[in-house]
Order: sequence, then C-alpha cells, then structure tokens
Amino acid sequence: MKETVYLGIDVGSVSTNIVVIDRDQNVIIKEYYRTMGNPIKVLKNGLKALRDKIMDEMVIGGVGTTGSGRDLANFMVGADIVKNEITAHAVASSTYVPDVKTILEIGGQDSKIIILRNQIVSDFAMNTVCAAGTGSFLDRQAARLGIPIELFGDLALKSQTEVRIAGRCAVFAESDMIHKQQLGYSQEDIINGLCEALVRNYLNNIGKGKDILPPVVFQGGVAANKGIKKAFEKALNCEIYVPEHFNVMGALGAAILAQKEVENNKTKFYGLNIADIEFKVKGFECSYCPNACEVIGIYKDDILAARWGDKCGRWQNIEIESPLS
Amino acid sequence: MGTTYIPVKTILEELDIDVVLPPMSSKKTLELGIKCSPEAICVPFKIIMGNILEGIENGADTVFMLTGCGPCRFGIFHALQNEIIRDMNLKIEFITADRFSNLAGLKEFSARLKEASPKNNYLKIFNTIRKGLKILDAVDELQELTNKIRPIEINTGEVDYLDTNFSHEIRKVHGYDEAMNLIIDYKEKVSSVKIDKTKQLLKIGIVGEIYTILEPFINLNIEKKLGVLGIDVARSISASEYVREQLDFLPFVHSGKKTIYQAAKPYLEIPIGGHAINTIGNSMLYKKQNFDGIIHLLPFTCMPEIVAQCILPTIEKEQDIPIMTLVLDEMTGEAGYMTRLEAFVDLLVKRKDLKNEGNSLSWN
Repeated sequence: MKETVYLGIDVGSVSTNIVVIDRDQNVIIKEYYRTMGNPIKVLKNGLKALRDKIMDEMVIGGVGTTGSGRDLANFMVGADIVKNEITAHAVASSTYVPDVKTILEIGGQDSKIIILRNQIVSDFAMNTVCAAGTGSFLDRQAARLGIPIELFGDLALKSQTEVRIAGRCAVFAESDMIHKQQLGYSQEDIINGLCEALVRNYLNNIGKGKDILPPVVFQGGVAANKGIKKAFEKALNCEIYVPEHFNVMGALGAAILAQKEVENNKTKFYGLNIADIEFKVKGFECSYCPNACEVIGIYKDDILAARWGDKCGRWQNIEIESPLS
Repeated sequence: MGTTYIPVKTILEELDIDVVLPPMSSKKTLELGIKCSPEAICVPFKIIMGNILEGIENGADTVFMLTGCGPCRFGIFHALQNEIIRDMNLKIEFITADRFSNLAGLKEFSARLKEASPKNNYLKIFNTIRKGLKILDAVDELQELTNKIRPIEINTGEVDYLDTNFSHEIRKVHGYDEAMNLIIDYKEKVSSVKIDKTKQLLKIGIVGEIYTILEPFINLNIEKKLGVLGIDVARSISASEYVREQLDFLPFVHSGKKTIYQAAKPYLEIPIGGHAINTIGNSMLYKKQNFDGIIHLLPFTCMPEIVAQCILPTIEKEQDIPIMTLVLDEMTGEAGYMTRLEAFVDLLVKRKDLKNEGNSLSWN
C-alpha cells in the first residue's frame, strides 16, 4: 500500500518552497527554489521533480498553499486549504516547538513577528512601509561587498570591534556602510554592524510595543544567517531557537493544515500530472473605469480557468469573454 | 470621501447649481494628486487634490469644500490646494465652509451657498440643507444594511453586485426626489437578498481616521473584504454621524459624541484633533458591546491617529480585545493587506473557539 503524504506549497516573492510530510508530520521532502519572478514555471518544475522522486511509493492525500502567491498556486494545483502565511508560520512553529511564545520571521520581501500565547496567535505585525531589514536588503549589500550571502553570517561572527551602522532606512544604512568602510573598518566588523542594525530596525519597527517572551523561534530564509541570530540573542538577551526546517516553515504549516483539512474530506488535488499541463497567464487592462485594473487570466491548456485582479469583480465570472488585447 | 458626495451633490442640484462630479477616485486620481502634492502629506490630501484636478478636467470652475481649523491638517487643505492650483496656472474658485459647530458657522455655510446660487432665498437654502441631511442619513443606512447582509448572503457576490450598480446609478440621477427614490429602491433590493440567518459571525469594529474609513479606494474596500471573510463589520464613523457631531449644539440633533468622549476618558481626556478621541472612545465602546476585534485605520503621517495608535496597545492589553492597526498610503497592491486581514480573522476565530470550547465556529 502506498504511503499517504501531505503537500505544502509556499509561493513567496523570493522563494517557492515545496514540502512533503508524512502522517506523523515528519518532513520527507523539502525543496527550496528561487521564484525568480516566474512562479508558474518554478512551481511546475518543482512538481515535476517531486513526481520523479515519489513516483510509486506515495500518494498525496492533501495539499495546502500559502505565501503571497497562494491563490495562483491554488488555481494550478487544486488546494484543500489556502492559508495566509502568518497562520501557516504559526502552525508550523507550534507543531515543532509546542510552547513557543514569539516567532521572528524574516523573509525576502517582508518580515513579521508573531506572538503566541497558549499556542494560539495573540498578536502579529508585518513590515509596512520599509524594506530595510529584509532578506533582499542583505542580499544587495552582500552583492555590493562581493561576498556570497551564504558566508555573510560566518563573517559577522568573526567581528572583533563594534561598528554602529544606521539601520532606520536601507538608503541611510548603505551610505553609512560606505562611510565606515572608507574609514578603514574591516569587512567582518561592517557586516556585523549591519546585522545588528537590521535587528535593531526590526525590533523598533515590527517588534514595537510587542511583548517578546521566550521561547523565541527565528525562521524564514534569513534565519540561516548566524550573524543575525547572534545579534537577536544579544538584543533580546535570550536564546533564539532556529528550527531545522527554518526556511520552509510556511510550506510546512500549509502541509500540516492540509492534513487537518482532509481528515473528513477527500482531497481536491488535481494530481501531480498537472506538471505537464500548459499554464499560461494573459492579462489585459480593463477599460470600464479609470481604475484601469490589470486583470489577469490563467489558462489551463488554452482554456480560461480563473481570472483576478479586478476591483469590482466584473471579470471573475469566467464566462464573460476577455477583451482582445 | 466615500459616499458623502451624494448628499452634497443633491443639495447643489436642488439649488440649480450645475454640478460636475469628478470620476470616482481611482489610480489616475491618486497619480494626479501625488504629482503635485507635498511628499509628506497624508494620502487623503493627495486624493482630494486629484479629485479637484479631475474636476477641472471635466469643466468645473468652482470647488465646494468643507474646512475649518481644528480637526487636523484638513483645516489647511483648501488654502494649500488653492496655492498649488494657482502655481499650476489653472483657475478654479474655492467655496469653503467652515465647520458648522455653532450657529455662526451654519449661517456662514448658508451664505456661501447663497453666493454660489444668488437666485435662491435663505428659506430655500435652509430647506435644501435639510434635504441633504436626509439623503446623508439614507445613504449611510443603505451602507450599513449592505454590510449586515454581505456576510450572510447565500449566493456570494449578490450584495456586491447591487452595491456596484448603486454607485453607478446614483451618479446619473438628478435632485432630491430621484436620489431618494433610488436609495429606497436599493434598500429594498438589498433586503430581499437571500440570507442565512443561522450563520454565526465574528464582529469587528473599524475605528480610525475618517477619510480612510469612508473612502473604499484608500482602505482597499476593507468592509467588502471582511464581509466576504464572514465578518459582521461595524464602522465607528459615518459621514452622517460626523455631521451630527457638528450640529449637536442644536436642541433637536443628537450625536454619540458625549458617550464616546466619556468612554475614552480613562485613556484620553481631551480631544487632541482629528478623530483620535473617537478612535479611543469607540474602541472602548466596541469592547463593551462584546466585539471580537477592532481594526484601526490611519493614513501614513496622520498626526492625531499616531497618538491614538500609541494608546491602543494599552487598551488591547488592559481591556483584552485584539486590535490591529493598518497604515494606509499610496500602495494599491493588496496581497500583504489581505494577508493581514486573513491572519487577524484567523486569530479572532481561534480566540473565540478557545473561549467557548465545544461551541466551535464554522470557518473555512
């Protein structure tokens, strides 16, 4: 008999993650892809690879999608549950660290803080108007310094001297860094300073007014960065726990939610063979009102499957024909 | 600002003033407004600026606008906007009416209207204002009804369909009678939508800055979005309540102002401009009415609401009610916004489940 497994898909701005868990919520497969601005292609390739891996041994019992591309993913795969990433992250964390009280999550484009009490989310915040303090910013600075982002954290740990870098805004931080570098500070010290600036900015902006209690879990792609972890430990004065699957926690949460969702239902999953279907996205600008909404239609083998992007809902009825563009 | 244009349009039409309605606020409005507004001003200013420019494009030669010192930077909107328009070498006349929170203000308002329509006598003007207020109330009632029905409709989308049609049709009618008939007509239509009365709903109250609460273009249709998520939405501020607050020096007008100020007292004793005290007071009132959660809306850089924002976490803790603050600015992307709303709703559902274990709420 084939083993029943559950699939979680997290389509984020920077990465698309696919996780497969078994009935006991052990991670069997996890894949981390860069979205590269092309979620459909990446997801299709991911599913293809998945099909090759699990071919005859497992059957997928349920699918959950999350991330900012969760609706797109849902249209493609037929998900049993479509959940926002805050809930998904909280579910994943509290499954593996049952008494977690604070989750720090820093991803590519956004960062969040989730406060849990008695295992339910009691408060959360997401960055609103500023991208300083997210993964993309670190990525950029690493590229500027010519250091692979993977080495960033280790270098920060080697720092000897404290360098203070302005963390309020990505633009200020960058000019401050250049200034310090021209003063002759070592690269390690500057990188460490940057990590601390990022943490300070995170705690001031996102963690503002939040009661950060241990145990604290740190997840999201940036959690790989040991320098940031250390800076958090220093700032919060407590141990920070980075879970084993820190970079796919969203997908993991979606998979766990999917498992719960299909307890009494049959899965709506279209099957892994969707990897062979041709998905096309065609958009047009609606000319009905000055909002000029960009309406996006997704086509499954040239048949319109769903449409979204309009404010008024006019085009959500797919029987209306799209205007020629 | 949301549907407030409807009564104003009616008043002016009744006085035989030729009304040019700027198109509904859209991305184009915002772009026009941003281009010529000070960078750090709030988004309502930018939208209004865009509205004026679009009005000029459509042939308007006079802007009618409320003003008044006191609420917040809103008091200087007209002066600043007038300057900007002059700098752009455009010509438009501003008719402003100070707030009418006393007899003198009310008198001035009538005088201003008379200025725009010299043919009419004061009696006619006074009567027309009363008609306008009736429309204002009727429109707000219709919206409240829409919000009540939306989460419990059986065929999803029915209410929104009516809502969209209404906002198209109301722009086409002329004068008091036509407008009133249309509103009544739509009230009946919305009431006859098939509903599921047994559905258990979460209740969320919306507090915050008036423009962001009332203008769906800025708050990205928060009432609609929450309604679709199965939430009974109440908004603390409506245009009619705002007007009542201004007019309640008159013996026959009653507003909730006193109750709200009283409720705010433990946290904020005096009005500090804008709607900060309303935000605090209404949050307390929602708590008393056993709401499940509160959403606080404010435009980026809004001064009074920033003060309120600092007080709310204390209320959240001491009164034990989840409050989420959403800061709104020029962004029209909805993904992150939706994520927050959904996560907030999830949080409230879990909380409620936990509170009455065994009596779980149907959700998803």
